Amino acid sequence: MTPPTGARDAAAPAPAVHTPAGRSRGARQERRLGLLLCAPAVIVMLAVTAYPIGYALYLSLQRYDLRFPEQAHWVGLANYGAVLTSNFWWQALGVTVLITAVSVAVELVLGLALALVMHRAVFGRGTVRTAVLVPYGIVTVVAAYSWQYAWTPGTGYLAALLPEGSAPLTEQWPAIGLIILAEVWKTTPFMALLLLAGLALVPDETVRAAMVDGATFGQRLRLVILPLMKPAILVALLFRTLDAFRIFDNIYVLTGGSNGTGSVSILGYDNLFTALNLGIGSAISVLIFGCVALIALVFVKLFGAATPGAEPEHR
Amino acid sequence: MPRVPSLRSRWARAAAGLAVVASALTGCGSGGQGGPVALNWYNFPDDSGALQQAADRCGQQSGGRYTIHYNKLPRGADGQRQQLVRRMAAHDADVDILGLDVTWPAEFAEAGWIREWTGAMRERATADTLDAAVRTATWRGRLYAVPYNSNTQLLWYRDDLVDAPPGTWAEMLAKAEELARAGKPHYVEIQGAQYEGLTVWFNTLVTSAGGSILTPDAQAPALGAPAVTAATVMHDLATSAAADPSLPNQMEDQNRLAMESGTAAFEINYPFVYPSMKANQPKLFPHFRWAPYPAVTPDRPASVTIGGIDLAVGAYSRHADLAFEATLCLRDRDNQLTNALKGGLPPSLRSLYQAAELTQSYPFAADVLTALDSASIRPQTPAYQNVSIAISHTLSPPADIHPDKDVADLRGQIQDALGSKGLIP
Repeated sequence: MTPPTGARDAAAPAPAVHTPAGRSRGARQERRLGLLLCAPAVIVMLAVTAYPIGYALYLSLQRYDLRFPEQAHWVGLANYGAVLTSNFWWQALGVTVLITAVSVAVELVLGLALALVMHRAVFGRGTVRTAVLVPYGIVTVVAAYSWQYAWTPGTGYLAALLPEGSAPLTEQWPAIGLIILAEVWKTTPFMALLLLAGLALVPDETVRAAMVDGATFGQRLRLVILPLMKPAILVALLFRTLDAFRIFDNIYVLTGGSNGTGSVSILGYDNLFTALNLGIGSAISVLIFGCVALIALVFVKLFGAATPGAEPEHR
Repeated sequence: MPRVPSLRSRWARAAAGLAVVASALTGCGSGGQGGPVALNWYNFPDDSGALQQAADRCGQQSGGRYTIHYNKLPRGADGQRQQLVRRMAAHDADVDILGLDVTWPAEFAEAGWIREWTGAMRERATADTLDAAVRTATWRGRLYAVPYNSNTQLLWYRDDLVDAPPGTWAEMLAKAEELARAGKPHYVEIQGAQYEGLTVWFNTLVTSAGGSILTPDAQAPALGAPAVTAATVMHDLATSAAADPSLPNQMEDQNRLAMESGTAAFEINYPFVYPSMKANQPKLFPHFRWAPYPAVTPDRPASVTIGGIDLAVGAYSRHADLAFEATLCLRDRDNQLTNALKGGLPPSLRSLYQAAELTQSYPFAADVLTALDSASIRPQTPAYQNVSIAISHTLSPPADIHPDKDVADLRGQIQDALGSKGLIP
């Protein structure tokens, strides 16, 4: 978990060199070298993330139609007003939050179960891990298309199991359910892997000691394993929540966002690429960015999830 | 250590291969050594080979002045528009000829992405061409594109279930209910999914009821009583026994498949269903008949929405003169005939509908021509896409339509769409 010494020295002065003399020469030079070494990475990151984000912010304050660039003009926060007063935004946000909450919760339970199985597997451990990873290895769009065909009457084996004449992808609630199912099927392995890594951190002796004291499996899980796994669980939840909130591909393929199944990302896409309204579309993107930042903040501040690269004692 | 040289030589070979590919690619793009000019034609993806054949033929007929490279756009109409819009917004000089859906010329013309047809070129582009098709390519009184193929819907039915084709929607629903009671196939197949096809259905019903979606100057929604009538027809079908359970998810191809599987008695669809039925269901085919689109009111024949493709010349093309000429060649009589016979798309040239070659494989050619002569066109406005989305979202699923309330809703949404205000769903 701790980064290699060189990298830590580059990021911050090592705690060992705290004497003024050492700091004035060796550490300062090392620090300069460190800054120089990460400068290319910082410049690249600025170019590929900060610039587009800044540009999106700039566009979101304009009335800008891709077809009529010469008519673009400054409108202040009007685009945000239009988005936040629109039913479409709140409806899409509701759908997104619902999909995120349900899918992440289900994934956590299933992922934990899978992680326990993988951790405890006595034989065929490699086979089990490979089998569990298969859904994660399949390209999302390909998987989504197979779900789409499976649930479409006439072409699908799953639709054939339903009562005659039902087309689940055409109704809001069944469709949202199927989107969540596809999402859970797809990303549970990722959750399971992250949790498996956390499970590996739980010392066997502690669990055995609890067993000797007469703790049942439930007690061991609740009182020993889960508390020790908490950092791993929080990181897994944070990653998956951020991912799930930005859901696009599954919905795009399964329903195209019709019948009230669109997420905020689908709404942004439609306004950017179909309506060609760069101002409104950018405002939606910025709002999504804000939501994602908020989620990350809540996880880090409230639940104390470790930010990647943070030292354990800072938690 | 013996592996190292072999690895290195493999890299060298790979690099040499790349260089060859790269030189081939650049050689393809330039063509500047006095050879024929390479014109790029972006059009819908055609699997029949008719479009490629037309491109090759025109290249040969040009006497070495140009060749036409046929670039296939994505399959879905939205994907096609997105790609063309992105290229034109970036001032792509390599887009010489654009295949536009009949609903796009207003938008592309207003944005300045396509060139106007004037003078002798305009004469040649409109001669013998269906009037409704020319209107789709016209924006603010100027011609911006030339009709390539045309298209329209007919009523298809099975004469083993239905003696005489229904003349109106009410008759058709009554007949379907009757068949349902008798336990026979009775569905009416129509495009009920939330997409452009639903807008086409609504537009046809509104114009057939004597109204229109926009005012003639395209500045405001018209709608009114005809729109309420149209929404009522859609709702009535969706809540009757005639409705296919998959209606809210059906597009043209699902309709075709349902009809071929034998569960339906009626189908509103484009002529491509005819050769398909012939090939896939020889048993049903002898009973597969056609009739004019059902009317909304008995006293007024339906005015069916026109579809098809218009060809336009890109504003940033470096070879506009050649592109105009090549466009006329691509849609000349021979190429339209090939496109109709091989590709199954009805032509935009009026005289072709009397040609024996065409009527042989299109026994319904006269009905298609009649429908096209009284065809309606979809709202002409640069904001068409937003207007269409407002319609298909408000009226989907058809079973949940509340005619008065939804038409009132639609009025507000279309107003917003015309002003490019607000969000689209």
